Amino acid sequence: MSSFPWLTVLGAVPLVGSAVVALLPKGLAGRAREIALGFALVTLGVAIAAATQFQTSGGSGQFQLVEKHSWIPEFGVSYALGVDGIALVLILMSVVLVPVCLLAAWNDVPETGRRQQGYFALMLVLEMFIIGVFSSTDVFLFYVFFEAMLVPVYFLIGSFGGEQRHYAAVKFLLYSLVGGLVMLVAVIALYLYGPGGSEGFLIERLTGLQIDPTAERLMFLGFFFAFAVKAPMWPVHTWLPDAATEAKPATAVLLVGILDKVGTFGMIRFCLQLFPDASRWATPVIIVLAVISVIYGALLAIGQTDMMRLIAYTSVSHFGFMVLGIFAMTTVGGYGSTLYMVNHGFTTAALFIIAGMLVQRRGSKFIPDYTGWQRITPVIAGVFLLAGMSTLALPGLNSFVSEFLVLVGTFERYKAAAIIATLGIVLAALYILLWYMRTMTGPKPEQYAGTKDMSHRERWVVAPLVIVMLGLGVYPKPVLDVIRPAVNTTLQHVGVTDPPPSIGTTAEGSTK
Amino acid sequence: MIASMAGALPTEFVMTQISYAAVLPMLLVFGGAMIGVLIEAFAPRRFRHEAQVTLTLLTLVAALVAIATSARDHQGITAAGAVVIDGPALIFQGVIVALAAVGVLAMAERFTADEADAFTQSGAAVPGSPREAAAVRLGATSTEVFPLTLFAVAGMMLFPASADLLVMFVALEVLSLPLYILSGLARRRRLLSQEASLKYFLLGAFSSAFFLFGAALIYGYAGSLELSDIATAVQNQSGMDGLLIPGVLLVVVGLLFKVGAAPFHAWTPDVYQGAPSPVTGFMAAGTKVAAFGALLRVLYVAFEGVRWDWMPILWGVAILTMVVGAVLSVTQTDMKRLLAYSSIAHAGFILVGVLALNQKGVSSTLFYLVAYGFMTIAAFAIVALVRSSGNEATHLSQWAGLGKRSPIVAGVFAFLLLAFTGIPLTSGFTAKFAVFAAAVAGGGTWLVIVGIICSGITAFVYIRIIVLMYFSEPAGDTMVMTPTVMSTLCISLGTLVTLWLGIIPSPLLDLASQSTLFLR
Repeated sequence: MSSFPWLTVLGAVPLVGSAVVALLPKGLAGRAREIALGFALVTLGVAIAAATQFQTSGGSGQFQLVEKHSWIPEFGVSYALGVDGIALVLILMSVVLVPVCLLAAWNDVPETGRRQQGYFALMLVLEMFIIGVFSSTDVFLFYVFFEAMLVPVYFLIGSFGGEQRHYAAVKFLLYSLVGGLVMLVAVIALYLYGPGGSEGFLIERLTGLQIDPTAERLMFLGFFFAFAVKAPMWPVHTWLPDAATEAKPATAVLLVGILDKVGTFGMIRFCLQLFPDASRWATPVIIVLAVISVIYGALLAIGQTDMMRLIAYTSVSHFGFMVLGIFAMTTVGGYGSTLYMVNHGFTTAALFIIAGMLVQRRGSKFIPDYTGWQRITPVIAGVFLLAGMSTLALPGLNSFVSEFLVLVGTFERYKAAAIIATLGIVLAALYILLWYMRTMTGPKPEQYAGTKDMSHRERWVVAPLVIVMLGLGVYPKPVLDVIRPAVNTTLQHVGVTDPPPSIGTTAEGSTK
Repeated sequence: MIASMAGALPTEFVMTQISYAAVLPMLLVFGGAMIGVLIEAFAPRRFRHEAQVTLTLLTLVAALVAIATSARDHQGITAAGAVVIDGPALIFQGVIVALAAVGVLAMAERFTADEADAFTQSGAAVPGSPREAAAVRLGATSTEVFPLTLFAVAGMMLFPASADLLVMFVALEVLSLPLYILSGLARRRRLLSQEASLKYFLLGAFSSAFFLFGAALIYGYAGSLELSDIATAVQNQSGMDGLLIPGVLLVVVGLLFKVGAAPFHAWTPDVYQGAPSPVTGFMAAGTKVAAFGALLRVLYVAFEGVRWDWMPILWGVAILTMVVGAVLSVTQTDMKRLLAYSSIAHAGFILVGVLALNQKGVSSTLFYLVAYGFMTIAAFAIVALVRSSGNEATHLSQWAGLGKRSPIVAGVFAFLLLAFTGIPLTSGFTAKFAVFAAAVAGGGTWLVIVGIICSGITAFVYIRIIVLMYFSEPAGDTMVMTPTVMSTLCISLGTLVTLWLGIIPSPLLDLASQSTLFLR
C-alpha cells in the first residue's frame, strides 16, 4: 500500500489549473483554453495512475487510497478521502468527460479575455468539486462538496447560457439548495445518533448504527430528498429541463452527465449504507416513483420539440432506471445501476454535444427547424445515430448491458415494476428514432447545403465517447469487476440477500 | 434575602477592590475616547482626521492586547460585584474590539481629499441651512465620530461583562447614546439620517425603560441586582414569585430590542438605511455581539433556573424573528434595508444557538457572531463604495451589471452574499452548522427546521442580488469609488476572515468552546 495522497493530488490539479487559467497574464490570455485542457488531461493521467493502485479484490476495508486528517474536530469532521469501486468508476468517468467538455466548449466564448478564462476556470473548479464529492468518506466533507459544487454550476449556467439562463440558474440553485438544507438537518442529527467524538462524521463510524426507527426514517428522508432532487426523480425533476436547455452543451454534460450522478451515488453510499432499515421501509414508494420517472420522462421526451429538453427528459427516464436498480436491492440490480451511471454519462454527453453541434450550425434548438441533415452532415448524423442507439439500449452498445442488468435485478424482486419499466425501453426507441427521423431524414435543406460537417476538433471530442460506447458495450467486464465488490459490500450493509431463483419451485409446483 | 438586606446597610465604609488589570481593556478604550474628545477640542482641523484615526486604531489594538494578556490573567468578579471578567466576557470583548477596529477602518475612508468621508460636516446644523453651507465652506469634518465610536465600544465591552443588572443598564446606555448620534451623521440624505437617529433614540429609550422596569421587578423578587444573587434567589421559593417572570421577560425584551429580534425589530430597517453605511456595519456587528453576550449572560447565569418559563416564549421569538427577517427581506428594493432584514433573520439563527442552552450553544453563538460581524462590516463597506451621482446607490436596480463594471468589488460582494446564504467553505456555513448542531443537541430540532426553511428563503434573496450583479445589463450611472487603503483593508480583512472561518474554523471554535464557562 502506498501512502501517496492520490485523491488529494487528483483534486488539487484542476484546482491549481483553474487558478492558473483565471489569473493568466494578458500576454497568455489567448492560451487559456489550451492550458485548461492541459490541466484536465493531467488530471486524467493522475486518475489513471491512481486507478492502477486500486485493487479489485483483497483490499482491506471498504475504501482504498484512503487519506485521513483531522479538519474540524469540534464538529467531528475529518478530511477523509477514499474510494470504493463505485466512486472510482464515477471519478474515472468524470475525468474523461471533463476534457471532452472543455474541447466541446472550445468556441463557446470565442473572444479571449477575462470572460473566457472565467468560463474554463469554473469548469476546472467544478472538476475539483466532483472529485471531492465522489471521494469523501466523511459525511460532512461530502456535504461541503455537495453544496459548494452548486456555485460554479450556477455561474456556468447563469453567465454563459441561453435566453432564459437567469431563470434556469436560479431555479437550479434554489432546488438544489433546498434539497441540501433538508439534508443538513439529517446530517446534524446523524452525528448525534452516531458515536460522536472528533471523528464522528466518518462513514465507517456511522455505518451499522442502532437508531430509533422513526429517527432513522426521518434522516433517510432528509438524505433521500436531496439526492432525489439531484438525480432528479419525478416529481422534483422540473429544474433539469430548464437548466439543460439554457446551459451550454458542455455545461449540460457536466450537469446531467456527472453532477446528477451524485444523487444516485449518494443513494447507494448514504441512504442504503447508513439507513438500511429505513431504506427497506421506503423501498415500495421509491420503486413506484422510479417507475413513474421512467415512464413519465420517456413520454415527455417524445413530446419535446426542443432537443436539449428532450435529452433532459430522457435522463429523467434513465435516472428512473438507476434508482430502480439501486432500490431493487439485488446484486444484479446494483451492478446494473452503477454501470448505468457510467454509461449514461458517456451516452448523454454524446447526445448533448452532438445536439450542440447541430444547434451551432443551424442556430436553433427546435426539431421542426431541421430536416434531412444527414445529407449535408453525414458524419454528425452517423455519430448521432450511434449515440441514439446507445440511449435506446441497442444490444452491443454500452447502455444495453446496464439496462438489462437493472431490469433483471429488479425482476428478481419486483416483477410488476420491472415489467412496467420495460415499457421505458420501447418508449426510448420512439423518442430517439422519431427525433432522428425528423432531423436527419427527409429532403435536403438546400439553404444550409454549404454547412460544414464535423471539424477536426469535433472529431476529437466525439472519438473518446464513441470508443467508450462501443468498448463498454462489447466488454464491460473491467468496470463490472471494479464495481462488484463495492455493490456487494453495500448490500451486506443493508442486510439483504438476493431472492432465490423461483423458477424451479414453481415448476415443481405445477407438475404436482 | 435577609443576607442581602443586611449587606445593604454597611456599618463602615469599605473601599471597593477593583482589579485594574482585569478591567484594563475597558479603561484603555474609555481613556482613548477621552483623549479623542480633547483632540477634537484642541487639535487644528487639518490634523484631526489623521490623529483621530491613529489614536482610535492604536487604542483598539492596545485594548485587544490587554484582553489577551492582563485581563486574561486576572479573571474574576471585581468592582464590588459589578463587573465579571470570565471566559465568555473576555472573548466577547475581544470580538467587539476586533470588529470595531475593522469597522473604524471603513469609517476612516475619505476617498480623495475633496470627496471627503461618509459623514456630514456639521451634524448639528439644519440640513440645507446657511450654517451647514458655512461648515462646508470651512471644510469642517466630523472627526468626532471616532471618539463617539470608542465610547460605544467601551459600552459594548462592558455590556456582556456586567455582573449586575444596573451595570448592564449603564453599559446599555453608554453603548446606545453614541450610536444614536452616529446614525444621524450621514453626509447625504441627511433628513433620512436624522429621522433614523430620532427613531432609534425613541425606540431605544422605550426599550431601556423596559429593561429598567424588568430590573426593578427582579429586584423586588430577589432583593438584589447581582446576577449571581438572582440565580440563587431563583432556585429558592420566595413570596414574590409573581414578580419574577414578568421581570425576566421585560429584561429580555430590552436585550432583544438591541439584538434586533422580532417583534422588537421595527427600528432596524430604518436605522440601517439612514445611518452612514460604515456606521451601519459597525453597529450591526458590534451591537449584536454585545447584546447577545449580555443576553447569554442573563439567560445562562441569572435566569437559568426558570428556563421552562421563558424558553417557550423565546422559541416563539426566534421563530418569528427568522420568519419575519427572511420573508420581508424578499420584498426589499433597497440594499441597506435588505441587509437590515437579513440581519434580523441572522439574529433569529443566532437565537437558535442561544436557545440550545448548553456549552455548544455559547460557543456556536459566539462563532456565528464573529462570522456575521466580519461579513456585515465588509458588506456595508462595499455598499459605501457604490455610488450614483455622488449618493450611495442603494436601490437594488442600481446594482445591475456591477459584475461587468467592477468585477473585483462585485466578486467580493458576491462572495459575502454566498457567506450570508451559508454556502460551504464560507464562514456562514460553518456558523449555521454550529448553531443548528448545538440546537439539535439541545432538543431544538423544530427550531432548526424552521431555521432551515428560512435559510432557503434568504438564499433566494441573496442569489437574486448575485443575478442582478452578474447576469443583468448595467443601467444608469452607477459607479464604484476607488477605495483608499482604509476601506480596502477593511473589506479584505472582512472577506479573508469569512473565507478563513469557512475553511479552517477549528482555532476559533476551539477558543470559543474553551470560553463557555460563565463565572457566577
